[in-house]
Amino acid sequence: MNAPIEFSFLIGGVFCVLIFASGVAFILKRRLGSGNANPVIDNLIARINAWWAMATLLTIAMLFGRAGAVTLFALLSFAAMREFLTLTAKSRADHYVLATAFFFVLPFQYYLVWIDWYGLYSIFIPVYAFLFLPIIAAFRGETENFLTRVSETQWGLMICVFAASHVPALLSLQIPGFEGKSILLIAFLVVVVQGSDVLQYVFGKLFGRHKIAPKLSPSKTWEGFIGGVVSASLLGACLFWMTPFAFWQAFLVSFVIAIMGFFGGLVMSAIKRDKGVKDWGHLIAGHGGFIDRLDSVVFSAPIFFHIVRYFWSTV
Amino acid sequence: MSVTQILANIAAMVIVLFARLVTAVRAVWDGVEPIRSKRVYFANHTSNGDFILIWTVLPSNMRHETRPVAAADYWLASKLRIFIGREVFNAVLIDRNPETREKDPVGQMASALDEGSSLILFPEGTRNTGDQALLPFKSGMYHLATQRPDVDIVPVWIENLNRVMPKGEFFPIPLICTVRFGEPMRLKDGEGKDDFLSRSRTALLALKDDGELV
Repeated sequence: MNAPIEFSFLIGGVFCVLIFASGVAFILKRRLGSGNANPVIDNLIARINAWWAMATLLTIAMLFGRAGAVTLFALLSFAAMREFLTLTAKSRADHYVLATAFFFVLPFQYYLVWIDWYGLYSIFIPVYAFLFLPIIAAFRGETENFLTRVSETQWGLMICVFAASHVPALLSLQIPGFEGKSILLIAFLVVVVQGSDVLQYVFGKLFGRHKIAPKLSPSKTWEGFIGGVVSASLLGACLFWMTPFAFWQAFLVSFVIAIMGFFGGLVMSAIKRDKGVKDWGHLIAGHGGFIDRLDSVVFSAPIFFHIVRYFWSTV
Repeated sequence: MSVTQILANIAAMVIVLFARLVTAVRAVWDGVEPIRSKRVYFANHTSNGDFILIWTVLPSNMRHETRPVAAADYWLASKLRIFIGREVFNAVLIDRNPETREKDPVGQMASALDEGSSLILFPEGTRNTGDQALLPFKSGMYHLATQRPDVDIVPVWIENLNRVMPKGEFFPIPLICTVRFGEPMRLKDGEGKDDFLSRSRTALLALKDDGELV
């Protein structure tokens, strides 16, 4: 448990923001008066309360360093994949495929991240799971919807396990002058991408007029998107002191993270529409399911990982 | 508290925790409240875990007084099953074979209700492993309703558990399940067996239609 000092500053900042948010929500609720229920305010309060829980959980996990981060994201992958595969096409014949995905592929991917085997964890799911799971499916001889079933299962693994595992994989990057601080890369990514989600929500609620993709996600507006992405990029730039980046580099990296996060939300919304649901799950009050909260993270994490690896890392 | 009781309580906790870990089960109380009241819950039956799922989503004070009605031949087949069936779930064990049975199943259920328990019934009588949503109902629930007409009969639809653990598989896969409780019903004056059974079957199937995750 030896987190760098910058981590304490960041966490202090995050909790100050949460105290402020809870204060604002409290005043909004009071101004409304008791007796008048407003679903938007109630949802806002539920969301903020869930943020308290999520921020606390993340902080605790980070304090345990590498073990904490790998364990936390393995569990998040499990919860996310449980939601994803609930909605995908499957038949009774897929029992072994799904069991292999949950009980072998998922833990093995995180084991590879844990032992730092970049050469294998970056291809294990896209190559080995991709080829071998359909083989297991074929053995059962059920051909109905075969391609749909194997594709949707693979998609679930790519999104919920492969992409998500790139968050703890950030810890394996060796950056000169940044030794022992790589946990800050995770903190930076999470704060920027979740900050971008929150800021898009805030800008959208305050100024949102023009819908960006009415068919996919009625709550996303141009005003929310631009305001959120620009302010999140500035937020990331202002956090440059805890990263290996210069101010302008932190701005550009945050910009990419925020944009990818936005598109992640859009793609995952499209899947929800396709499957006819509003939320992925119900376990995070006010937010929906785990994937509703992780969609932006999983889309930005691999890109962030490769940007840092290519430009800053020595391995 | 005896050692058996302590073990039974621990086993109950482990079972509930495991059920939540695998299924993240969610209860939807749709026309009925989760309050202590003498009830007969009746549900679709696709998996051995059906009863466990209902039991898991009940508040703990209701859980202890809600007993499943289960087949004696299954639950008396091994020592572990006897322990779980008798001590953990406190099941009302009935003999499914009319020729060998000594006690009348409906009488057993009625006396469990009289002792203050609620019941969980699977009126299809056996696990449904086919493509049909719901098998025809056996008549036991009707006879119970005529003997105890003042007890609320609550339909409960269990969604997705057949995918978590299809018949013949040995381990579950984690998928989200929903347990939806519907509006209570009672036997109407002069309602015949077939009318009552088809009305209760329709009430249960109605819960399926909006059983998706919304």
